[in-house]
Amino acid sequence: MRPLRFWRCPFVPTKPATDNLVEVENVNFAYDSRQILKGVNLAIGRGQVVAIMGLSGCGKTTLLRLIGGALRPTQGEVRVGGKAVAKLSHDELFALRRRMGMLFQFGALFTDMSCYDNVAFQMREHTDLPDELIDDLVLMKLQAVGLRGAHRLMPSELSGGMARRVALARTTALDPMLIMYDEPFAGLDPVSMGVIGQLIRRLNDSLGATSIIVTHDVAEALQLVDYVYFMSDGVIITQGTPDELRVSDKPFVHQFVHGEMDGPMPFHYPADDYGRDLDARGAS
Amino acid sequence: MMKRKALDLWVGVFVAIGLGALLFLALKVGDLASFSATAETYLVKANFDNIGGLKKRAPVKSAGVVVGRVEDIAFDTETFEATVAFSIDKRYEFPKDTSAKILTAGLLGEQYIGLSAGGDTTKLKNGDKLKITQSAVVLENLISQFLFNKAADGNKDSK
Amino acid sequence: MNAVTGFLERLGGRVTSAIHRLGFASRFLLLTLQNSGMSFRRFSLVVREIYFAGVLSLIIILVSGLFVGMVLGLQGYDTLVRYGSSSALGVLVALSLVRELGPVVAGLLFASRAGSAITAEIGLMKATEQLAAMEMMAVDPIARVIAPRFWAGVISMPLLAAMFSAMGVFGGYLVGVRMIGVDEGSFWSQMQDAVDFQEDILNGVIKSVVFGIAVTWIAVFEGYDAPPTAEGVSGATTRTVVTSSLTILALDFMLTAFMFRGA
Repeated sequence: MRPLRFWRCPFVPTKPATDNLVEVENVNFAYDSRQILKGVNLAIGRGQVVAIMGLSGCGKTTLLRLIGGALRPTQGEVRVGGKAVAKLSHDELFALRRRMGMLFQFGALFTDMSCYDNVAFQMREHTDLPDELIDDLVLMKLQAVGLRGAHRLMPSELSGGMARRVALARTTALDPMLIMYDEPFAGLDPVSMGVIGQLIRRLNDSLGATSIIVTHDVAEALQLVDYVYFMSDGVIITQGTPDELRVSDKPFVHQFVHGEMDGPMPFHYPADDYGRDLDARGAS
Repeated sequence: MMKRKALDLWVGVFVAIGLGALLFLALKVGDLASFSATAETYLVKANFDNIGGLKKRAPVKSAGVVVGRVEDIAFDTETFEATVAFSIDKRYEFPKDTSAKILTAGLLGEQYIGLSAGGDTTKLKNGDKLKITQSAVVLENLISQFLFNKAADGNKDSK
Repeated sequence: MNAVTGFLERLGGRVTSAIHRLGFASRFLLLTLQNSGMSFRRFSLVVREIYFAGVLSLIIILVSGLFVGMVLGLQGYDTLVRYGSSSALGVLVALSLVRELGPVVAGLLFASRAGSAITAEIGLMKATEQLAAMEMMAVDPIARVIAPRFWAGVISMPLLAAMFSAMGVFGGYLVGVRMIGVDEGSFWSQMQDAVDFQEDILNGVIKSVVFGIAVTWIAVFEGYDAPPTAEGVSGATTRTVVTSSLTILALDFMLTAFMFRGA
């Protein structure tokens, strides 16, 4: 019997000195003279589920892209499995990506193929597995997210929550060691949100993987993760376990966690004096 | 997977129709069938005083049937004549004393070479030169000749 | 004075950004060609795209070809009959189609139907992050999405142009011989005499291949470069059709001048 090749080019992480899977060291990133990340330091241990929270535009998604190798830091280093991502060759980078999974906001399923084909995509592209085996694996992955019965449907026929779950099945198709989630709870109803949250935890633990969740959904995230990094304006302003953050008295964290209308993030957009504005308009 | 087969079928049909259209154009619309480019030919030369509007790839006809193509038109600096080299299909053999005339298709049409076979028993070989040629009729010469004749008649009448 | 300098500044800015874009588009074409290995190793990808670009354009090409040929027959007869040359109708119809109208009109129709569809599809895949997702799954989107569409367009164009010309000749025949009554024998025989395989038909095929490359290149590039919003994709689709059409007409002039000079 012909030996099955699972990986065309294996990514072998170097023996970790620490048990951190991802290390971000003093990373700066600028895009067209706009400084997005200004000296970010973080470390994510193996097996952990970590949330990176903050307002839109603080650089969370950019950080994910840096870890995935889609962007290069202007300064500093991003290491995955001990190897600097920016210095990898093309083949090494693609080998690394086969061990990573990324769930995009709104799923990003391929609209021209069925759910089955979407989940089978990576298996067909990167492995030599026979069709029967792929069939079993795809159905298993869909079963894990509760959508085995929907495997024939096209992405356009799915609801938002269902599409997100199929995308989750697709992300974990090759049992990745690092899974990244970009706003996984965005735009979902409460039931689907709960489902996704539980699936993230369950998949992480059963695969023995490490997960990074970028979100601004405080309630779900704090319930689910082991550790939180809080970003604002390109730097990490605070970090800690969910319990620590819930009782934090730092004004920005407090405003964010409790959803306060006014605080370090002002409610009012900068404007002229109110009285003067009304008078000026009344006169004209 | 079922859709794949239907897809392949339609693409196959598409390519077949496309190639069929190309074939139709080449054979029915164009002249690929009538004079095969792969036919074996032999080269013959002829000198003309005036080739008129003869162009390369103009047909060479005998008794109205296309038997060859004009390959090259050159100017001989010694005799100050035009040397036309044309290829004849190997299937058609012509006697050595064949004459070549430059004729016009229709009144204002394209010009071509017309071959009239002679009676010689030896046949033309590759590289031979035709001895008897008749140049193209140049319209201006014809008109001036006509006018000259008219003027001459007029003079004769008035005498 | 300020208005003039402002206008010149903006004009200069537009020209430089257009040249920038052209450079980017050329590098993109090079990248597409370099990553074409997968398209040929897994030809089923290209076959699938030929279906969407070529087969689905069949109806519009065949019907348009027929109508263009019929109009040529009518108008051509109207003019030729004044000079007693109505038997040359076949020549007129065939040469017009094979040399010019076939490649050009088929190219314009292909640009509007298939070109805009390709741009919209790629633009939407970019907007919904499907291309980024593919890249994160270690599959090069240029090799898997862009290159097959490019080659499908290049293969489909000459076939469509030939079909257009063939239908046109048939349309001219229908109108000239069947409807008006031009002699069938002289219609075909004069046509065969006048249309040269190398000079006319082959040149027409070369034109359609060149147009295919140009149109498909523009279509995939505009899609890949489209801003990931609804207006972005719609603007890119419009740009594809406009730029392709102008490019076809300009290339047609250059190719005609090069191929048919003096003949």
